[in-house]
Amino acid sequence: MSETLLFTILALCALGVLAALILYFVAQKFKVLEDPRIDNVEGILPGANCGGCGYPGCRGLAEALVKNDDISQMFCPVGGGATMKAVAEYLGKSAPEKEPQVAEIRCNGSCDKRPRTNIYDGASSCAVAASLYAGETGCSYGCLGCGDCVAACNFGALRMNPETGLPEVDAEKCTACGACVRACPRMIIELRKKGPKNRRVYVSCVNKEKGAIARKACQAACIACGKCAKVCPFGAIVVENNLAYIDSFKCKLCRKCVAECPTHAIVEVNFPPKKEIPPVAEKKDATDAKDAVVAPETVIRNDNTSAAAMAGKIENND
Amino acid sequence: MGRTFRRGGIHPPDNKLSAGEAIKVMPLPETVTVMLSQHIGAPSSPQVAKGDKVLAGQLIASASGFVSANIHSPVSGTVTSIDSVPDAGGTRRPAITIKVEGDEWAEGIDRSSDVRKGCSLTPSQITEKIAAAGIVGMGGATFPTHVKLSVPPGKCAEYLIINGVECEPYLTSDHRVMLERGEELLEGVRILAKALGVKHSYIGIENNKRDAQKHLEGLLAGTTDIQVVPLKVQYPQGGEKQLIDAVVRREVPSGGLPIDVAVVVQNVGTALAVYEAVQKNKPLVERVVTVTGKKLGRPSNLLVRIGTPVSALIEYCGGMPDDTGKIICGGPMMGRAMANPDAPVTKGTSGILLMSGSESLRAPAAACIRCGKCGGACPMGLQPAMLYKLARHKLFERMEAFGAQDCIECGSCSFTCPASLPLLDYIRLGKGEVMKIMRARKA
Repeated sequence: MSETLLFTILALCALGVLAALILYFVAQKFKVLEDPRIDNVEGILPGANCGGCGYPGCRGLAEALVKNDDISQMFCPVGGGATMKAVAEYLGKSAPEKEPQVAEIRCNGSCDKRPRTNIYDGASSCAVAASLYAGETGCSYGCLGCGDCVAACNFGALRMNPETGLPEVDAEKCTACGACVRACPRMIIELRKKGPKNRRVYVSCVNKEKGAIARKACQAACIACGKCAKVCPFGAIVVENNLAYIDSFKCKLCRKCVAECPTHAIVEVNFPPKKEIPPVAEKKDATDAKDAVVAPETVIRNDNTSAAAMAGKIENND
Repeated sequence: MGRTFRRGGIHPPDNKLSAGEAIKVMPLPETVTVMLSQHIGAPSSPQVAKGDKVLAGQLIASASGFVSANIHSPVSGTVTSIDSVPDAGGTRRPAITIKVEGDEWAEGIDRSSDVRKGCSLTPSQITEKIAAAGIVGMGGATFPTHVKLSVPPGKCAEYLIINGVECEPYLTSDHRVMLERGEELLEGVRILAKALGVKHSYIGIENNKRDAQKHLEGLLAGTTDIQVVPLKVQYPQGGEKQLIDAVVRREVPSGGLPIDVAVVVQNVGTALAVYEAVQKNKPLVERVVTVTGKKLGRPSNLLVRIGTPVSALIEYCGGMPDDTGKIICGGPMMGRAMANPDAPVTKGTSGILLMSGSESLRAPAAACIRCGKCGGACPMGLQPAMLYKLARHKLFERMEAFGAQDCIECGSCSFTCPASLPLLDYIRLGKGEVMKIMRARKA
């Protein structure tokens, strides 16, 4: 009995040693040499694995960063400039620069402004609704309200506002990974420059119908009247296909268009509330904007932008 | 019993309320709106300008490309605008609006009711005439008929199958056409057979239309070129691939067309339109539409000019019932709810169904219990529950491997699902993405 046991134990041990030896030599033979820097770069990256950089997860980006000499086209939206700088320093390459961005919902058609013409009772998904028909309202461009963008956000930066029926972005949590942009079947969400002190001005509408039709469907629609383009001192606004669009890089946040827009389709965010008395307000307004441009020069590296902005502001004061 | 297709299928309640109603001619509306895209393929390009006077049957938009169709004015009057108007789904699409003035027809169109028999044209002349008349598949798919008749080189058609199945509940327009226009219909079938060089044609009719089967058999007595095939009632027998399987027991390969198994399928409405185009010179400007619903005053089969607003049809049949929940364009299985009841009738509008509020509500979706009923019901042998899950997770490549592109969107899976899952909604969405992937790979 004890002999059988002993024999079994010895045989198993011998087998184990043999297998270990084979494994050792095979592992030596087929060893894959991997650049150890990939692991280190992956360690620097935030590890959100959101795919916002266009690569399959953080490891994919890390591999690309190590392998390519020119990394100017790669950018981690979650880590932002600081992470990219750290990576570039580690790898001894020049860091790509990109302004911080934030997702912006370009639809202002809340329940009270955009009357419902029918009720959708299909699958609760914007993609499904968009593949079926024009939506619950007369606007075939606006938000469908099923929340595909909210479901796509990995950072909890989006939520549906039950009062307006529209999604809202938490700029603090938004990493500009672009998942919501890809999820929206109506292409309403755009990644825009975060702006100094998070101040932004944008057209909150994507309706390309003629003015009368757009207005009939939604009170907050851009009717392409062109007033904003005329009043803009920087030529930042173009009206194309019956829709105004503000170039966030040309815009100096003077907010003249906001005041001019008859349907309030142009929206300003994070500006201090305006003072009541018009002349004073205008002056105050200008200094505010000037502050806004000067202060964050550390954030915006493009000096030309702020200089041009200041020039514009001074002219305005005259 | 009769034949039927071999795989899947369901038996929704028939509800053919208007089966006994003779086709009535709908009075002309005040204006018609003719969509420029009422067929599969490129939208037609307008040939008239605002303010032009047009006659009924006059060409107003011509085909732009091979897979496209001519469009003729359904009425006489003045063109008031060429602009985008909301279609049934509310999306704005280009259309020609015509104000109706009298009812004058273009020259050369024979509107008498006598049946002209015998066609001396060559097959290519017939196809040309059909293309000129702007005829598209009238069963609802609206694929241009001349494209179907142009058999690609290296292939030949052995059988022509005429689709008189009308498997959708509620709809009765094809049924009435077979009963009332039988002689003309058969003449149209013979013309189509000649165009294809086919010796033998079948007309597939389900057993819930015994009167139509008998009527056509009576008309065919003593002839052998056309044969009526009685079919066991089962949805979706009107699907091209299912009908081919039921009638000649051939299976169209995945991604293939009926011509790959030497068969061409045409709808009875199309055959009638072909007869009128070839023998009477009359382009496709009107069609039979079933207007029905349990609460509707007078469910009817109407001969309607293309471009008539759907709301006018409902008004003519007794007005919209108070508790209407959904207006469905097409049948209850494959039709789509309309967001805009003023949308016009198009070449593919086979029926308008009014569902009451309680009928139209979808049951709330529960969790999948993996009973496999959907797989059993799928006439294409797919796994709808699997495809649904893949579509929800955006795994479109895997959907392709599971054959999502073969889905005929019949809705049998959603109908049969005990958990009321929106199976077809997601499969249709995924199928669109799969098609995009496949096209991108080809390009």
